[in-house]
Amino acid sequence: MWNRISKHHLFWPLTVLAALLLFNLVYKPGFFSVRIQGGHLYGSLIDILNYGAPLILVAIGMTLVIATGGIDLSVGSIVAISGAIACLIVSRASDQHSLSIVLTAVGVALGLAIICGLWNGILVGGAGMQAIIATLILMVAGRGIAQLVTNGQIVTVTSNPYKYIGAGWLAMLPFSIFIVAAVLLAAAWLTRRTALGLFIESVGSNATASRLAGIRSRSVIFAVYIFCGLCAGLAGIILSSNVSSADGNNAGLWYELDAILAVVIGGTSLNGGRFYLSGTVVGALIIQTLTTTIYMVGVPPEITLVVKAFVVFTVCLIQSEKFRMAMTGKGKRRRAPAEREVTQHG
Amino acid sequence: MVKRQYLPILVTVALFILVFLAGSFRYTGFFSMQVLTNLLIDNAFLLIVAVGMTFVIVSGGIDLSVGSMVALTTMLSATLIEQLGWPPSLVIPCVLLFGALFGLGMGAIIHYFNIQPFIVTLAGMFLARGLCYVISINTITIDNAFYKDMAMTKIQLPGGGFISISVIIALAVVLLAIYLAHYTRFGRNTYAIGGSEQSSLLMGLPVARTKMLVYAFSGFCSALGGVVFTFYMLSGYGLHAVGLELDAIAAVVIGGTLLTGGVGYVAGTVFGVLIQGVIQTIINFEGTLSSWWTRIVIGILLFVFILLQRIINVRASKSRAV
Repeated sequence: MWNRISKHHLFWPLTVLAALLLFNLVYKPGFFSVRIQGGHLYGSLIDILNYGAPLILVAIGMTLVIATGGIDLSVGSIVAISGAIACLIVSRASDQHSLSIVLTAVGVALGLAIICGLWNGILVGGAGMQAIIATLILMVAGRGIAQLVTNGQIVTVTSNPYKYIGAGWLAMLPFSIFIVAAVLLAAAWLTRRTALGLFIESVGSNATASRLAGIRSRSVIFAVYIFCGLCAGLAGIILSSNVSSADGNNAGLWYELDAILAVVIGGTSLNGGRFYLSGTVVGALIIQTLTTTIYMVGVPPEITLVVKAFVVFTVCLIQSEKFRMAMTGKGKRRRAPAEREVTQHG
Repeated sequence: MVKRQYLPILVTVALFILVFLAGSFRYTGFFSMQVLTNLLIDNAFLLIVAVGMTFVIVSGGIDLSVGSMVALTTMLSATLIEQLGWPPSLVIPCVLLFGALFGLGMGAIIHYFNIQPFIVTLAGMFLARGLCYVISINTITIDNAFYKDMAMTKIQLPGGGFISISVIIALAVVLLAIYLAHYTRFGRNTYAIGGSEQSSLLMGLPVARTKMLVYAFSGFCSALGGVVFTFYMLSGYGLHAVGLELDAIAAVVIGGTLLTGGVGYVAGTVFGVLIQGVIQTIINFEGTLSSWWTRIVIGILLFVFILLQRIINVRASKSRAV
């Protein structure tokens, strides 16, 4: 029984998350308390969910991309672009509070994010480039485009409906949580209740074999990059709406790395072929909790990077079969075919 | 008939000459020795870092930690000199050794635990950047006579321009790297591993040692780049050289090195760095263009060069099949 629990893919991520939360509880006994103030729920746990929302969104998109054996480095730039264009449209409007303007802004921003995703998809799926390199192009150029949109300035908006997206409340909870829940449910339904999830995993294991087996690998790759772009675009809107401004230079900086980290912590292998959306969500929550913890303990927030580095090392070592064999001394354990493939792949 | 493998590097050189000539026709005062030498002066650290990156990419890996390593080196140098009062003759070897060991450690993890270089060096990037902040969150200015001398000394060239000592260091690194890549066993092993690690292993090449050495060399180059960057900025700061890893990778790719490993030239990287520098210079000369155009143009160049590589690769595999 214990063996089955500890082998479950969520076991390690959840343990880490629990340990982090427990540490917080010991450090500050009131950490778990959630109080109602003015009809809203307030508390550290709600904060973690609220501030973690953009990261969870980006990480969900990234999970599917990584599942096809690719990677999307451009998400941080897409976050910046979509936030910039949405804020620009809203700020140019004569009446910023009009709902139609905000909807137009969101629509245009998401459309642009989809185009960015499509561009990545064309390069990876159509032209057959390596994913790291193909998305590197947009990562470098994208931040320039975002600055071009905002003309290098920080665009501020005063629109109430726009602010609602990232800082509003619905049924006592932050509105952004509902956006994340909707995207997560949609992604989970599409990948686990339809054949799409299997297609993605099969393309990730072997794109050529999948194509020969009749799966349209190219369309699958297009779809995941577009979805990833869309998620990043949504995250960009939430982020910029939360602070009512867009900063082409710094918005979404290093988001791609955090998102990849969340995916890896969640148990999805960077080699592709298998993915866990639930693990990714837990991974993103771990990162957000870690940040909150570090703020609370009072060490300079920049030190987060050192902690993150050790988290990445540890997670990677746990995932590395060679390391586990060295630790447990079970060198002659029978290996599952999938694991053997991963080893050979390296 | 030019060999197909030289095509990307020839395109790079031609592009550099073209861009430089275009700038010369458009702006008065552009076509001068000093503009050319300024390219080297302002990009000496990038050149050193990109040379190390070339080896890593030729071996089929990637090193994301270089920018942070540069920052950490500036921070370490500034602290050791200003706060602990070490002499530069001791500080510089120490930081270089530290960089090499840092790279060696990452290489060992990549090889022995079979983890993707991307993720290991990502962790290295976080670690190095974080260590900067552990040392100090603020800028530490360097007020040391030796460092100031290194920063200020100008060496007159016969053509009328001048260069700094950093340029000489950078050019020495380039020459050393060309020698290493094409005339030593280590270089040939690196190319072989980039071509196919499996085959290299079966051929009995020292894969483990070479891979670790490649990352150690890249770490050493980043540390040296950091030393040169310290001469350039005369300060240590945790936010120095943010995004340098991207510039270095871009320079290597524009220089014609295949990101899949196995093919590439150090000389190409030199021109990759120079092209980035010349674009920056043109944007400065233009005056009305803002700095973000640099990023966009570099992104477009990356796209063109990667596409070119794809086309060459596809052609090569087709002609092989026939």
